[in-house]
Amino acid sequence: MSNGYSILVDTSKCTACRGCQIACKQWNRLPGTSTKNFGSYQNPEDLSADTWKLVRFQDGRNGNGKVYWHFFTDQCRHCLSPGCMAESEKGEIIQDEKTGAVIFTAKTKDLDFKATLEGCPFNIPRQNKETKVLAKCTMCFDRITNGLIPACVKSCPTGAMLFGDRDAIVDKAKKRVEELKKTFPNAKALNADDVRVIYVVKDDPKTYYQYAAGK
Amino acid sequence: MTNHWVDIRNSDCILIMGSNAAENHPISMKWVMKAKENGATIISVDPRFTRTSSIAQIYAPLRSGTDIAFLGGMVSYILTNNKYFKEYVDNYTNASYIVGDKYDFNDGLFSGYDKDKRKYDAALWAFKRDAKGVPEKDPTFQNPRCVLQLLKKHYSRYTPEKVSEITGTPVPDLLKVYEAYAATGVPDKAGSVLYALGWTHHTVGSQNIRTSAIIQLLLGNIGIAGGGINALRGQPNVQGSTDGCLLFHLIPGYLRVPRTSQQSLEAYLAPTPKTAEPQSVNWWQNYPKYAVSLLKTFYGDKATKENDFGYAWLPKADDGKTYSWLDIFDEMYGGKIKGMFIWSQNPAGSSPNTTKVVRGLAKLDWLVHANIFNNETASFWHGPGMDPKNIKTEVFLLPAACSVERDGSLTNSGRLVQWRYKAVDAPGDAIPDGEMVNRLMAKIRALYAKEGGKYPEPVLNVKWDYLDDKGRFDPHKMAKAINGYFLKDVTLKDPAGKDVQFKKGDLVPTFGFLQADGNTSCGNWLYCASYTNAGNMMARRGKEDPTGLGLYPNWAWVWPVNRRVLYNRASCDPGGKPWNPKRPLLQWDGSKWVGDVPDGPWPPMADKEKGKLPFIMKPDGRAFLFGPGMVDGPFPEHYEPLESPLAKNLMSAQLNNPAIKIFKSDLDKVASADPKFPIVCSTYTVTEHWCSGSMTRWQPWLLEAQPELFVEISPELAKEVGVKNGERVKVASIRGYVEAVAMVTPRFQPFKVGGRVVHQVGMPFCFGWLIPKTGKDSTTNLLTPGVGDANTMCPEYKAFMVNVTKA
Repeated sequence: MSNGYSILVDTSKCTACRGCQIACKQWNRLPGTSTKNFGSYQNPEDLSADTWKLVRFQDGRNGNGKVYWHFFTDQCRHCLSPGCMAESEKGEIIQDEKTGAVIFTAKTKDLDFKATLEGCPFNIPRQNKETKVLAKCTMCFDRITNGLIPACVKSCPTGAMLFGDRDAIVDKAKKRVEELKKTFPNAKALNADDVRVIYVVKDDPKTYYQYAAGK
Repeated sequence: MTNHWVDIRNSDCILIMGSNAAENHPISMKWVMKAKENGATIISVDPRFTRTSSIAQIYAPLRSGTDIAFLGGMVSYILTNNKYFKEYVDNYTNASYIVGDKYDFNDGLFSGYDKDKRKYDAALWAFKRDAKGVPEKDPTFQNPRCVLQLLKKHYSRYTPEKVSEITGTPVPDLLKVYEAYAATGVPDKAGSVLYALGWTHHTVGSQNIRTSAIIQLLLGNIGIAGGGINALRGQPNVQGSTDGCLLFHLIPGYLRVPRTSQQSLEAYLAPTPKTAEPQSVNWWQNYPKYAVSLLKTFYGDKATKENDFGYAWLPKADDGKTYSWLDIFDEMYGGKIKGMFIWSQNPAGSSPNTTKVVRGLAKLDWLVHANIFNNETASFWHGPGMDPKNIKTEVFLLPAACSVERDGSLTNSGRLVQWRYKAVDAPGDAIPDGEMVNRLMAKIRALYAKEGGKYPEPVLNVKWDYLDDKGRFDPHKMAKAINGYFLKDVTLKDPAGKDVQFKKGDLVPTFGFLQADGNTSCGNWLYCASYTNAGNMMARRGKEDPTGLGLYPNWAWVWPVNRRVLYNRASCDPGGKPWNPKRPLLQWDGSKWVGDVPDGPWPPMADKEKGKLPFIMKPDGRAFLFGPGMVDGPFPEHYEPLESPLAKNLMSAQLNNPAIKIFKSDLDKVASADPKFPIVCSTYTVTEHWCSGSMTRWQPWLLEAQPELFVEISPELAKEVGVKNGERVKVASIRGYVEAVAMVTPRFQPFKVGGRVVHQVGMPFCFGWLIPKTGKDSTTNLLTPGVGDANTMCPEYKAFMVNVTKA
């Protein structure tokens, strides 16, 4: 088997246009939900059964008093050993061998949602309140198995997201970190050896999102 | 844009100021990021730390409305530290010209000011000329009246300390920006300026851009790859509509609107620029060819030499009068306008001082509005504070086809004109705008033909043959008319002097062949060569890139004549060698130019006999450091916005731009340096909504991402107001108030201005009462003042005074 696919999310190139967030909704036919501004550009406030991809916004001041505004386009990491699958005994959650995509099937309605969520280091799974089915990013399984790249990657204007063979993406992530380190000594690739959606950050991941690097 | 989107990647330093490019032009960041990867420095200057600032290496805050002070300080820095590109400045700008004796500047006022009329006599700022009319020059720059010396003197007042006191930008931040950007004033570096509405939305808007032009010329950044002054335009085809005749003082192709004092074609053409400068092309000498060819497009065979080609039928504007959006609503509110067509705009959301706009609309007998959705304008009569029973206005809302439901051209910021194909049929009765005009025109003509009327000739004599075989508007026929035709068989000379023959009905291959004798037609000379006998150039999709600079000469078509970078001959030294051999946009091979389509075929200026100066649109061939064509002064000068936190301009005795028009209706209230409104406010848009949001608020995914009106305020101000993040506040100016969610963020910082703390807040103007129907959101433009830039009348949306309190 090949090593499947991976997505590189280079947050140093992200300008939070949210094209990815909208493209995800468009491809997956997810509805726009009713939201309120809670004092942030971020909206919806959190992932949900209707929102599988969310750009999180975090501003503040760093150690030397300089203002920052960090953007973190949050989604399922498609772990190599998915913690969410610990609860899955009857094929409720599938890890596709060829692509490496972790897929929640309709059978997830039978899973213990809280336990499944607990199993995820990145706080990703959400439940449809009516159907009880669990939902999250599919790595655009229906696209990537038909020769297309994921909708979010396709929409990115700045090249902050890349899709490709895992080995090449891991390599790219590591090279990018080396480049960034010249200017940002704290730059790193998050959990590159354990996940397929690899984030490159310039600074402490907690200044992006509390679960950026896992619980 | 002098350059184009892809070219941003060629830059070494990108100054993004008066623009939040990442927010409002997300695709621009593709190229900004590529430049950054190649080692470019990105600078973001903005009152607020934005999405753009987040990727910039250098960020500097400034108080809204003080860009000229900030940039004037940069001019001074460049001159004082000898950072300017001397050979470029010497040869290609008017730095050496001697300014006439009548020009003067004293404590904020230029010579020639008439206080009662609030107007300058710009004739006093003319250059000194010899007996032949050639500008007098001092190539040694010793003469104190030469432009370079006057420039130095004018901006010597803009010291970093003085600038900082005005802008609130800390001195070290100013110097960091000046140093980084001034480093591009060498032959092998390129600096690009990206600006947008953050510069135009001020009473000094045009002069904001002029200041950047001075900087770009001093640094030799105009005409080169990776350089230029790049206006990032918002609406996808706003460049196209500006090239058409969106602006009140222009007709298609940037030709002047005829004035009442110009009753004959001869009088209209009299101001055509002339030059005595031997090496100047003076391109505008061709004005009569473009004007007559336009008249032939309008009136066809009815336009003859004997009747001045129908010039008399063109409407004339009163001399000295402005007809801007602000003027229209002022007249409407004054009861002088009875009916109005509004096409795809939402002035009840996007115009300043919305109360006046809406009350003006209520005085109309009828309003016709074409749009793809209902909006606050079409429904003004049942908006907040309106009682439909008391409003007589009859409103017609015409459903329009949207951009993907019709064929046509679209001109982007880089002057790139792309043909666009219809993807789907419009729903229901919706039809393209062109078809609406077509049907209206047919009805109006029929009525005039039947009933006569006061002056039927202008309507009945219009040539109108833009219909397909089913009688519908045909965009191809219109595009060909815009390109222009030969109207009889002619033999003309090509640029090399050889005879070329054209047949009646041929499309004109390039504007060099347009004639003033009535033998050619052309609806817009700048678009001549866009649709030729060889086909629709705008529909080309070639991906070749022979220069490697991203010019893609076979992709669609760029005005003028497919030139991708304007003034590109200035990218070479006077001998025709590229200043920067690593990025050769153009070079002279001894007999011709190679590279981009050159700004004219003539040899470079070192050839004293046949060579020409590169700035061909200027009468004397050199770019203007000293710009006597502006109505508010030949050098940009800092003035406070109409509403300012300061009672006195820290730079001079002149508080506001002396040449702005002040409207005097009872609704044009102003509160400057008023303790009741102590906070500076700026308005803007967000990625998720377009302009007033009248299209995007109907889109659930976009509304979900940006659902309601907010105001960004600093933690320091939030503490003073007593408000926490996410709570609701009331934002009030003297003209009105709105409620919004407080977004408390360190991305806004208090400014230290004139020795005291000045707070600034900012809010988007993309929300309104119609949709979503929460009953909470209103129009931010209820707050903004109805005042415009002295040159363009573009409203001052970006700087005015408010108060913020807990709701």
